[in-house]
Parts: sequence; C-alpha cells; structure tokens
Amino acid sequence: METKNIMIVGVGGQGTLLASKLLGRLLLTRNYDIKVSEVHGMSQRGGSVVTYVRYGDKVYSPIIDKGEADFILSFELLEAARAAEWLNPDGILITNTQQINPMPVITGAMAYPEDLLGKLNELGLKVDALDALTLAQEAGSSKAVNLVLLGRLSNYFHDFTEDEWMAAIEQSVPAKFLEMNKKAFHLGRTA
Amino acid sequence: MKKLLLGNEAVARGLYEAGCGFVSSYPGTPSTEITESAAKYDEIYAEWAPNEKVAMESAFGASLSGTRSFCGMKHVGLNVAADPLFTLSYTGVNAGMIIAVADDAGMHSSQNEQDSRHYAIAAKLPMFEPSDSAEALAFTKLAYEISEEYDTPVLMKMCTRVAHSQSVVELGERQEVGRKPYEKNVMKWVMMPAMAKKRHPIVEERTRKLVAFAETSDVNRIEDGSDHSIGIITSSTSYQYVKEVCGDRYPVLKLGMINPLPEQKIRDFAKLVDKLIVVEELDQIIETHCRNLGLEVCGKEIFPLIDEFSQNLVAEKLGQRKHEGKKLDETLPARPPVMCAGCPHRGLFYTLKKLNLTVLGDIGCYTLGAAAPLSAMDTTICMGASVSGIHGYNKASNEVNAGKTVAVIGDSTFMHSGVTGLINIAYNESNSTVIVLDNSITGMTGHQQNPTTGINLKGDPAGKINLEKLCESIGIPSIRVIDPYNLKECEEVIKEELGKDCPSVIISRRPCALLKYVKHPGPIAVNREKCVGCKSCMRVGCPAVSMKDGKAVIDNTLCTGCRVCTQLCKVNAIG
Repeated sequence: METKNIMIVGVGGQGTLLASKLLGRLLLTRNYDIKVSEVHGMSQRGGSVVTYVRYGDKVYSPIIDKGEADFILSFELLEAARAAEWLNPDGILITNTQQINPMPVITGAMAYPEDLLGKLNELGLKVDALDALTLAQEAGSSKAVNLVLLGRLSNYFHDFTEDEWMAAIEQSVPAKFLEMNKKAFHLGRTA
Repeated sequence: MKKLLLGNEAVARGLYEAGCGFVSSYPGTPSTEITESAAKYDEIYAEWAPNEKVAMESAFGASLSGTRSFCGMKHVGLNVAADPLFTLSYTGVNAGMIIAVADDAGMHSSQNEQDSRHYAIAAKLPMFEPSDSAEALAFTKLAYEISEEYDTPVLMKMCTRVAHSQSVVELGERQEVGRKPYEKNVMKWVMMPAMAKKRHPIVEERTRKLVAFAETSDVNRIEDGSDHSIGIITSSTSYQYVKEVCGDRYPVLKLGMINPLPEQKIRDFAKLVDKLIVVEELDQIIETHCRNLGLEVCGKEIFPLIDEFSQNLVAEKLGQRKHEGKKLDETLPARPPVMCAGCPHRGLFYTLKKLNLTVLGDIGCYTLGAAAPLSAMDTTICMGASVSGIHGYNKASNEVNAGKTVAVIGDSTFMHSGVTGLINIAYNESNSTVIVLDNSITGMTGHQQNPTTGINLKGDPAGKINLEKLCESIGIPSIRVIDPYNLKECEEVIKEELGKDCPSVIISRRPCALLKYVKHPGPIAVNREKCVGCKSCMRVGCPAVSMKDGKAVIDNTLCTGCRVCTQLCKVNAIG
C-alpha cells in the first residue's frame, strides 16, 4: 500500500497530540509501518502546532511536505488556511470552524482574515467544515474537540469499523472521560 | 511485542533492555523524554540533575561503581558538559556509559543550531546516529557493548525528527548485566599530566580500532540501487528523506555511526558509482571526511548549511519532482507561542516594561517576555548568562545604569547555572539586581521537577533548596519576595531594590498556571457598559483578552482569573 498522510494542525493546548496518539494506536492494529511526528517544547505555548501521521507498507520520512497530505485535520480555521498548501490535489481538508485569535490579531497589528472557508473553497480544495467546539460542548467538554474531529475523519476511513475506533479511544483517554469522549466522537461522525 | 515509540522512548527502552541502572540528566527539548521514559522503569534509578555537567559526572561515577549509566541532554547542554566529556574520553569507563545529545536543526525550541557531531570528533569519542525509533533502541543496546569493549563513553546523537517521531519497534527483554567491581587504578582514573600523557595514545589507538569496527559493522550499510550514476552517503533523518524521494533507484551508504567514519567502506562505495553526493543536515562532517580521503564529492554546494531538511528539499536538490500544493494568496497572521493566560511571568514583565528597564534575560518560557506587546527583554544567550551578564554590564559601566537594569532568570535555570553568576556578584560586589522568576517548575520543557520543588523525577518527596537561604548564604544583603499577580507590589519593590547601593535578589514567586495542583479562581468578565475601549488591558498580551466592537472581551475558556488585567483597567470594568 502506498503511504497515506494525515496532517493534524491546531493551536498549542487544543489536544492535537492526543488525536495523533489515538490514530497511531488504531493504525498499529493493522500491520502497517507507521510514523507519527510531533513537536514539543516552545511552540506548544499557544503557538501553531503540527503533527504528522503517516502509514503504509514502508514509511521513510517522518514528516509530510507541501502537496502531500491526504487529509488535514484542523482544529482551528486560520491554521487550516496555513496548512492548506500541504494538501495533495485529491486531499480532504477537515476543519473546525472555531477561530482563535493569534497575538498579532489580539494586539491589533493584523486582522483575522475574513471568509477563510470561502477562500479555501475558491482554491478548489475539498473542504469539510464543522463546528467541532459546539459539538464538543454538547458532548460535555470543550476539550473534546479532538474526538469530534476524529469522528468526522472516521467517515473517510472505510477500513476501520466503529468498534475498532472505540477500542483505540478506550486505550487513549482516561476512564472517567470515556463516555464523554465516545459521545464527542459519535457527534463528529454523524454531524 | 510491537509498539509505537518516540525515538526518545526507544532510547529509554534500549537503556532498560541493556541493563542500565543509573540515569542522570537535565531536561532540554528535544531530549527530555528519554529520561522521563527511563524513570518509568523500576529497575532504573533516574534523576534530574541541576545541570548537564553534574549529570555527566554523576553518570561517570555510576559507571565507575560498575553500573551501566546514561545521561541525556540537548545540543547546548553538551556545551555545559564539555569539560568532563573531553577527559572522560581519556579515562574511559568501568561499566558502559552512554551520553545522548539531541540536536535541534530548524531551532524548534533552541537558541542556536549547532551540530553536535563536532564534539564526537573533537573529544575522539564514538557517536551513533539512529534514523528512527527501531534504530534508537538497537543502537542504544549496541552502544553499551561498544562502550565496554573499547573502554569509552559512547555518544548517541538524536535530532528533533528522530527524537519526536513515533515509529514501530519490537520490544525485547531486559538483560541484567550485574555490577562490575571497581578497582583502584590511578593510571586510568587520575588524569594528572603524567597519567593523561599515557592515556592519550590509548585514545588514538582506540580510534584506530573503532575505525576497523566502522569498516565491518552493519551499522554502516550499503543499500544498492538500480542506477549507479549517483551514489548517496547519508545518515539520520536525511537518509529517510533520500529514501522517500529516490526509493531504491540510487545506491545509498547509510551511516549509523558518525564517528569515527569508515575509510575503505566509503572508498569502495565511491567505486560503485559515477558521482558521490553527501546528504547531511547542518555542517559538512561526512563531506569533509570524504574530501580528506581524496574523493570528489558534492554536498554543501547544493544542500544548505541551515535549517532542517525535508523530502521536497532533497527532491529539489537532486533534480527530482517535488510535490506542490495550493496556497491562499494573502499573508496570514503568524501564531507565535505566547505566555499562557494566567502565566505568573506576565505581571512581572509588564512592570519591567512600564519602568523602561534594560533586562538581561535567560532561557525558559519567560524568554517569551521579549515578544510584543511586553517586549521587555534585551538579551538571551544561554543558561545563566543573565546573572553573569548583568555583573559585567554594571561593573564595566561604573554602575551608571545599575538603577535601570535587571537580570531575570527562572528557578530551574538559576539552579542550573545562575547561582555561580550570583556568587560572582556577591564576591566582586556589583550593584546588580537579579529577579528569580520562581514558578516552582521547569516550565518550557514540559514541567520537570528541579532542586527548588521538593519533588524528584520519580515523583517522590526530595530535598528542597530554599532560594532565600541560598542567596542569603552567598552574601546577598537584600532579598525580597513578591507576588507577580500584584502589580503595585511588583513596581514598588523593584523600584526600591534598584535604588539600593548593593546587590539584591527579588524572588517573583507564583507557581506555573498550568500545574495541576494550582487552583484558579475562574474566569472574569468585562462589563461592556463600563468599558471605554482604551485598550489598557491589552498591554499585557494575554491570549484571553481581545477587542470586539470597540470593547474588551475575555475568553472564558482561557481566562484563569489572575486579575492582572483588572489592575490595569482605569474604569473598573473588569472583575
């Protein structure tokens, strides 16, 4: 199988690392070669964060380059726009519509770009947008945005059953938040 | 059993499986998780040392006692530990000893982009360089064998993309190696000139033997290709990018041991191909070696000396097709890292800016105080340089600006190498004001304990260094403690201390807002009727505060209720 590329982008503190960890666990149940590349340290402090998940028969590079992502899973709209260049021509950009102002916008040095969804569609990209924050809150916590987005991504993964996803979720989240996270996943999957 | 492990976790697994019994490190991105993961194995004693030099010397002591030992650090940490490194090369080891160093090409979380391979050459030590987690585990186990067989510490060179990438590894069992007896041997362990003179030829002879190992070991392997017009010599992640782009087309010499490098193996490889290309991140170590062998080689003529590589970069430089995507035709606002909402550093840096002080800074989360809108830092060099630097700055200028200058340093950084600078201030008597930002944790690297926190790496109660008593015992005449959430107190105390004609230390004490045990009062809100839209509250650069329709708003998912912005509001609209 040719290598598949999933890029996860968001803002430090949004829970992107849990999403990549969960995907890694899911993929490990098949006999894939897998690489999951994270960034720790300074950029986590409210900065842009990027995680790469790659799987296939043999995966060499730990990163995904411009024009290579089959899926981009974006936790925030501006970050989706920033990452769009990494999408391959047939790729799908799944994005949360939530907007989080970066410091240049907070200080008034720049404006948050308008109508990013429209502009991304105009580029001819396949965009699947959803209000993951509202769905996460419906599930019980704004922190469950990651599970909502994974639920949405699961619609495109026909190889994995819902049971397999549930098993990966059980291994990745604390028991006391399990039901809430499962609900968030389900809301994302069916939204 | 198959598992996905970070490169760093795989090194720790290698330590476990190889029977390592002692780990001492100082945290530093991207090396930290090696030691954190090693600490999870009951069989391994693991600790945070105050700095890398202490860690390396402790690991040496453990090796001397007959226990396989390890210390890990980031590239700049090896600068701190360079002193023991060069002489441990002469003494060698008793039980095996590994020193991991993690480079940060691309500077994701570092102040420079140095290439640690130079240290292996300069200190004449073997250095392994894994390209994924499976190799990280295997090379760690091999490194202990090499360490004991060749009587040398062994360097394990990681980089961000190997350290922080998870890939599949096969787990093995732990092999208990027992303790080697310590035997007194002054000719080996006491490096006075007479003995060191006898050890140096042994080091040179060891390198010759290690070259022979490099020639025959399969850590350096040739992968043949179908097209011999080009042959590529590479290592680490560069190897992965080359394989990603070229697959099995060109022959590749994949080097897993970067020092010493083989000679005959490289010559033999060169004979296989028409043109030799070296692909290596940062400096031209392999390339220079090839040139010294008299080989014609292409390297840094086409590949950059700066930043990390990627498959597109390698494709472009090798004349292959690179991938491209579609880009929005507008400049997007950047999203730089920021101090978190509720960060105790914010109030302190706001005060420093308000007082228009010259601020000699240091390494940690608080380095973000240099960024707008706080913009309250003038220098950042290395761990401890704020405290040493302010002394020189004040002394050399006859202290004319001493009343307008402070040094700021975090609690962990102060323990690492700030305290020696403070001793210099006390001893040589400069009128310097040092602010210790005590947030009771090592923040930037992800919450590691340190000597001031009273908890050790395993999470158990531990010795606790009292900062006030430490400064007092050094001989600092004026020591004050402030709460950085209290802007009035901050300003008054800083002004008072700057006005004194003696060395002083101000401890700005408030635990990191992200620590689990810290209870926050909860979000506060802006009274939109009272708010006049003056943007005073925006001056602290809090990510929770922004302007909407001419009035301030507070994001209640981010706000912790620290009330620093409340104190800035002239119309009492925030509360």
